[in-house]
Amino acid sequence: MERIPILKQGDLLLVSVQVDMHDQLALNLQDDLTQRIVRDNARGVLIDISALDMVDSFIGRVLDNIATMSRILDAETVVVGIQPAVAITLVELGITLPNIRTALNIESGIALLRRLLPTPDGDADDQS
Amino acid sequence: MSTGFRQTDERSLSDILIRHETEIASAWISEQASLISHRPDLLTETELRQQSRALLSEITSAARMDPSLNLANSAWKATRDLLSEISRSRALAGFSPAETASFVFSLRGALMDRLQTVYEEDARSLAAAMRSCSTFVDQLGLVTTSTVLKTREELIKKQQEEMLELSTPVVRLFDGVLCLPLIGTLDSARTQVVMESLLQKIVETGSTIAIIDITGVPTVDTLVAQHLLKTVSAARLMGAECIVSGIRPQIAQTIVHLGVELHNVATKATLADALALAMQKRGLTIQRVNKQA
Repeated sequence: MERIPILKQGDLLLVSVQVDMHDQLALNLQDDLTQRIVRDNARGVLIDISALDMVDSFIGRVLDNIATMSRILDAETVVVGIQPAVAITLVELGITLPNIRTALNIESGIALLRRLLPTPDGDADDQS
Repeated sequence: MSTGFRQTDERSLSDILIRHETEIASAWISEQASLISHRPDLLTETELRQQSRALLSEITSAARMDPSLNLANSAWKATRDLLSEISRSRALAGFSPAETASFVFSLRGALMDRLQTVYEEDARSLAAAMRSCSTFVDQLGLVTTSTVLKTREELIKKQQEEMLELSTPVVRLFDGVLCLPLIGTLDSARTQVVMESLLQKIVETGSTIAIIDITGVPTVDTLVAQHLLKTVSAARLMGAECIVSGIRPQIAQTIVHLGVELHNVATKATLADALALAMQKRGLTIQRVNKQA
């Protein structure tokens, strides 16, 4: 079965979507991610969709669900690299992804996660 | 009566047009040259001659095919096209609609002079021919006027589009801070342009904060508010936060009375406040450099 690779980097999980997201692929990603969050004890998830030039309402909802699920599992999700055309389409469809945090690119996404997550020694200080 | 009518028909207007094309052409050209609307600064004598001759020869060749001189018939398509083209180029060159129209209407004078010499004594036929001449020139005039109007409308539409582009600048206020000063009413077409240029600029500059300044927006109704919220949502999806600034007291009142939800959008009264908030969010402070007096 086709799957999107999930990379582990410290306490973060990195996902870069490079192929067209069809519905089953999105659901597989949702399955895999929730399992990996638990298995790897991850605290943050970064999903890069900069290669996608089309996101439909279903994929939008799956992304929203992934964010909610990982929050329940105590991990923050950041979606990065939404293209302008994709953003406009989603807003026109009325999908504003209220549960998802977003960032412009991977760099600022990781910076955002680092700010959100407590430092390894336990206290949640703001590093900015 | 009916035989008389047929008789005049044989020497009808179309016939005269075909037989006396050259004379009519030169009469028409000299007629045009004497008009007040003659504008040698916009159109040279040679071009005027060329246009008149070309149009007249189209007219005569169409008249051969369709002696009834009805411009709606397919035989006149080439004439209509040429006349439209001439009218269009004149409108674009800066001729006023009246000047453009009188180009065609001056043909009436040339034609009537010719009719008078042909029909000398036959007053009845002359009247009939004058009538068809008048109808014919009027039809030409209508084609010209509608083309001129259409050209103007196209021009206005193009300028409107250009104004739309011009009226939505996105400026970089500071490192990572964009500003979008909105002036004028926000309709859906404009929102689309605004949104696109803002998002594009966010990608280009890698900005994380966008200030939307609505000082220049005269009124905010539910539709404008909705468009504003759409822009904010789209920018958020791109990973940029929006601050709406320049909300005047009346607009604040309207927003509350309309029940528009602006909860998840940071709002500030002035652009200065918004910039201060943006700096704070970026973790920057502005300090006065102590100058020794």
